Amino acid sequence: MGIMDKQRRGATHPMRKTFETEIQQLKDEMLLLGSMVEQQILGTVDALKKRDIEASRRIKEMDLQVNAKRYAIEEQVMIVIATQQPMAHDLRLLASILEVSGELERMGDYAKGIATVSIRIGDQPLLKPLIDIPRMAQIGVDMLHRALTAFVNEDVETARAIPEQDDEVDDLYTQVYHELMMFVIQDPKTIERANWLLWVAHNLERVADRVTNICERTIFTATGDMKEIDSKVE
Amino acid sequence: MKMEVAESVFQTTMAGGTPAKVEVKHLAVYYGKFRALNEIDLTVHEKRITAIIGPSGCGKSTLLRSFNRMNDLTPGCRMEGEIRLDGENILSPSMDVVSVRRLVGMVFQRPNPFPKSIFDNVAYGPRLYGIRRRSDLDGIVERSLKSAALWDEVKEKLHQSGLSISGGQQQRLCIARALAVEPEVILMDEPASALDPISTLKIEELMQELKKDYTIVIVTHNMQQAARVSDYTAMMMIDEERAGHLIEFDATNTIFTRPKDKRTEDYVTGRFG
Repeated sequence: MGIMDKQRRGATHPMRKTFETEIQQLKDEMLLLGSMVEQQILGTVDALKKRDIEASRRIKEMDLQVNAKRYAIEEQVMIVIATQQPMAHDLRLLASILEVSGELERMGDYAKGIATVSIRIGDQPLLKPLIDIPRMAQIGVDMLHRALTAFVNEDVETARAIPEQDDEVDDLYTQVYHELMMFVIQDPKTIERANWLLWVAHNLERVADRVTNICERTIFTATGDMKEIDSKVE
Repeated sequence: MKMEVAESVFQTTMAGGTPAKVEVKHLAVYYGKFRALNEIDLTVHEKRITAIIGPSGCGKSTLLRSFNRMNDLTPGCRMEGEIRLDGENILSPSMDVVSVRRLVGMVFQRPNPFPKSIFDNVAYGPRLYGIRRRSDLDGIVERSLKSAALWDEVKEKLHQSGLSISGGQQQRLCIARALAVEPEVILMDEPASALDPISTLKIEELMQELKKDYTIVIVTHNMQQAARVSDYTAMMMIDEERAGHLIEFDATNTIFTRPKDKRTEDYVTGRFG
């Protein structure tokens, strides 16, 4: 499989030039959607940290564009399936693009959820300065970026390695959770503000989980094996 | 907590494997000195549809025609190896070719009804095998035309020429003609390539009905057709000496979603050559 895929990536096949152009366009659009979501995640945490309500509102609006792009990709995948009757690797790739676009759109929803929290917090001060939460966002976005690169290059080795980083995000989440619980124990009146931040951390933890799903699709596209990657079995 | 998992409704053809109906072992076919097929090993499962795919000239039709010894009709043709039908080697010199061809029927690319009535087309084989009584022939003709999903369309005009009906109907008439002698295996060589899309789908649906009672082997250039109709797919190619050989055999679902051989992948994704 490996050699075959490298050959395929290298040059378009003269017999399927139109089809391969269509596939390339879909990959490009998917990467574009990915970069929109990356901006959304980093932007939403930055807005929260800086207490920039206007920026949080813009992030929420950006979600409409993310959703629209996802639908456009979905529609184009269906057109390509209907008109080109893809088989084998091509079929797996198109099915995976559908799945990955869905994952990206949901990640966008998490960013939007964080923006909603930020708007609700309004002009109240944050319970604590944000240190770990921006780190979670940074790691999550970094994982996402590498996962999408691995997806378009069908780099199975990288796709297998990325989910291990999810453990770092999980550890940060646990840390944030315990810290916030300490605030609540010391002063139960902080419960609402603690809960908001916990929700933010939870959303970021979910982003990293969904990156793992993208990595699974990369492996599936390249090898045909549909398996769950278990970075940490509990 | 243990979770109850409902059984999947998706059929996996490999799981429902049936016994071997035809077993091909080390088959080689020669036309004079030219070796057309080399070292073919293949199992055709009973009451399943096996598709043979591969580029032009790879020996698909030669392999198909070996199953009822049609190649014998080509001068200079010689076969080595074994083809076992229910365990009996049909290539054995002592084998009665006529009885092989009764058990293994064939449908060709272009509908080829005889210039006779619809009735006589279907009754042709049974008469050849000595059935003469009218009521017996009536029963066979009706049953065969029903099995070929043609009865309702022609029952009022059984004595019109077999050439007077549409191409799709003619092809089903040929299938009825093949069924009339009660074969066990039906070979189909591009059975729908000369038909319009609706007639093609009718033939494909008919194949799904027929496989309840018959074992079917189909040669097709239409990859989507192979993927739609068959349970198993055999992929053939020519080797360096231009002899056809089998490069991959698997459940159809596997061949069209994750073939193992790069050449199969290239062929089914349209990148061959």
